[in-house]
Amino acid sequence: MTFDYAPAPESRAVVDIAPSYGLFIDGEFAPASDGKVFKTVSPSSEESLSEVAQASAEDVDRAVKAARKAFEKWSALPGAERAKYLFRIARIIQERSRELAVLESLDNGKPIRESRDADLPLVAAHFFYYAGWADKLDHAGYGPNPRPLGVAGQVIPWNFPLLMLAWKIAPALATGNTVVLKPAETTPLSALFFADICRQAGLPKGVVNILTGDGSTGAALVGHPDINKVAFTGSTEVGKAIARTVAGTDKRVTLELGGKAANIVFDDAPIDQAVEGIVNGIFFNQGHVCCAGSRLLVQESVQDELLEALKRRMRTLRVGDPLDKNTDVGAINSAEQLARITALADAGEAEGAERWAPDCELPGSGYWFAPTLFTGVTQAHRIAREEIFGPVLSVLTFRTPAEAVEKANNTPYGLSAGIWTEKGSRMLWMASKLRAGVIWSNTFNKFDPASPFGGYKESGFGREGGRHGLEAYLNV
Amino acid sequence: MPITVPAYGKEAAGRLASMADVTADDGALRRFLHGLPGVDAVGLEARAATLGTRSIKTTAKAYAIDLSISMIDLTTLEGADTQGKVRALCAKGSNPDPTDRTAPKVAAICVYPDMVATAKEALRNGGAPEIHVASVATAFPAGRAALPVKLADTRDAVAAGADEIDMVIDRGAFLSGRYMAVFEEIKAVKEACARPDGSAAHLKVIFETGELQTYDNVRRVSWLAMLAGADFIKTSTGKVAVNATPPVTLLMLEAVRDFHAATGVQVGVKPAGGIRTTKDALKYLVMVNETLGEPWLTADWFRFGASSLLNDLLMQRQKLSTGRYSGPDYVTVD
Repeated sequence: MTFDYAPAPESRAVVDIAPSYGLFIDGEFAPASDGKVFKTVSPSSEESLSEVAQASAEDVDRAVKAARKAFEKWSALPGAERAKYLFRIARIIQERSRELAVLESLDNGKPIRESRDADLPLVAAHFFYYAGWADKLDHAGYGPNPRPLGVAGQVIPWNFPLLMLAWKIAPALATGNTVVLKPAETTPLSALFFADICRQAGLPKGVVNILTGDGSTGAALVGHPDINKVAFTGSTEVGKAIARTVAGTDKRVTLELGGKAANIVFDDAPIDQAVEGIVNGIFFNQGHVCCAGSRLLVQESVQDELLEALKRRMRTLRVGDPLDKNTDVGAINSAEQLARITALADAGEAEGAERWAPDCELPGSGYWFAPTLFTGVTQAHRIAREEIFGPVLSVLTFRTPAEAVEKANNTPYGLSAGIWTEKGSRMLWMASKLRAGVIWSNTFNKFDPASPFGGYKESGFGREGGRHGLEAYLNV
Repeated sequence: MPITVPAYGKEAAGRLASMADVTADDGALRRFLHGLPGVDAVGLEARAATLGTRSIKTTAKAYAIDLSISMIDLTTLEGADTQGKVRALCAKGSNPDPTDRTAPKVAAICVYPDMVATAKEALRNGGAPEIHVASVATAFPAGRAALPVKLADTRDAVAAGADEIDMVIDRGAFLSGRYMAVFEEIKAVKEACARPDGSAAHLKVIFETGELQTYDNVRRVSWLAMLAGADFIKTSTGKVAVNATPPVTLLMLEAVRDFHAATGVQVGVKPAGGIRTTKDALKYLVMVNETLGEPWLTADWFRFGASSLLNDLLMQRQKLSTGRYSGPDYVTVD
């Protein structure tokens, strides 16, 4: 007999998904003005979870008006009063964390272990963190009584639906802004549950408005003349379009876009922990992470040893039902994303890189991609330059620290990087040379609300998190 | 990868000879041990914690509970030990759950050298001669005695019938960097484990990781002991403040995995001390499963040094088979 883990599914009974949802405008759920709806499916089974409203330009206008109206009172509240609401929201999120974790795994496809142990604790922590800032803005380094911007139009991606919502909404509310937020088309549900949490917390009407919809809703929101701030997390392509839209207006913009991070392993690295870091760097959340360590740069002298250890570790990854508590890698978020990953992986093979994946049985329905490794990758390959946003790791090698820096920086992106070495002086030297917003050393994909996050170059501009994250929502 | 041979088999010596250059002298051994990859403490602890979140349910749990029981070195190492106490422990190990004869027997009874004969006799009379008797030796737990005393202690236990010897290393020598002294001592004790008929008691080498403190030390001492011929490497005596922990055990499992990849020699691992609950035991088995895999999931290659763990496993076993929790009065206290 072998030690096969029996199925350990988290119960779906903790979450009650309604058959349909409206738009959350001015504290009320209402259907779209033109009555349009679309379905949201569970990517692990293709089962339809619910029907949500497709917000039109008219709905965007209504939401912005509601937010504008609410802004006057909300921004005039003493910081300590705004903090009370944020603390209340944070506590409700903690209380409802199991429900929200299951919901997130259903709608997004990510493993329950991640939504339970990473996403939800970080979501609550983000609200707690910015709740703490609300009455201390005078001491944030921007002079006395810094003013909010007004109405923020926020568009978030599907990879961490609730966490990205928290990153956007918590600092905006703490600083006295009101928001209109559009969740991603494929993952609208947790934002709608958040709307319910706002009501549960007694948040004044219109302070938070949630509009579900596709790219056209996002474009209408970003282009609305009465918003003061655009905050976007998503693809570089859409980010550029947004930058063009707001050019020539007085709207403030922060963009958190793509990445092609280098995870750099030196020959004196703690190998077992480096392997864990590589796995967390690229297979966490199916690689749907903008700061994913998608390029492994390994020193040639330890290449064989490291790759053997990495393959051995990849064979133990458990791919499957996101709601099973023992699943490590869940479903790809959408058919569209799966097609993109497949196309880029095929291009890697066509361009001569060597493809490897462990034997793993993928479920019959839903969208799945096995954890994949490419060796023999060079800087010229598409899989070394383009963001794949999936569980695909490209392995490159280097000989000297200077070459590692050169290769790591040789990308249009600059969101994150990882350095693995036991030598402190080299770690610090590398960190000073790498052009990336977040640099991890001997770890990867670690987040904390107190730590600012953002990119260089085509990875965007502006910082979210920490004291720096306040600046994006203050008129300073 | 070389073909697997057990550490206690005849072929193992030849495999170790292939590593003779790294144990040729003090300098070579030091350079080798210090050349092993470092351990990042935060990363190691995070990995152990993540493996601890595996959810082991229903059939997997039943399997793991029975496997855990069969891997226990049921231990009594008290100054107050008497023959009566040891006999009672042997009876418990042979028949852990009097209400359910399907409960597996434990792997071994672990006692001080002077109780070996008593334990052997009790097991034989109790109809469970297959349960091993493990004896601590080499001036357990401090190990602060001259080498001849340690060897005499070992030979005495083997002569009394011990199937396994749990020796302690000289932590003082290790911490002061005298690696060769530790290496030679383990080799000498291994030789003292030999019986006149050519067979030998299996040797478990206890590191007392709570005293070695750093993870780098644990990786180095693991390789040192395996190079010297350890059949098992064991975390702790159970007599100091910090005993077996999941990260330390994970690190030792990784060392065993790497040593096996390099030499083909299979070495066992025994966490000891502080493992009291079924939940803990299952976490250790998950670590074994996902680090070393199937070949190590037997009492031949993984053991728990424990005493109170057994009753918790039995209560969980009863819960699984009856659907109800019973309570501490429904398992025997020995």
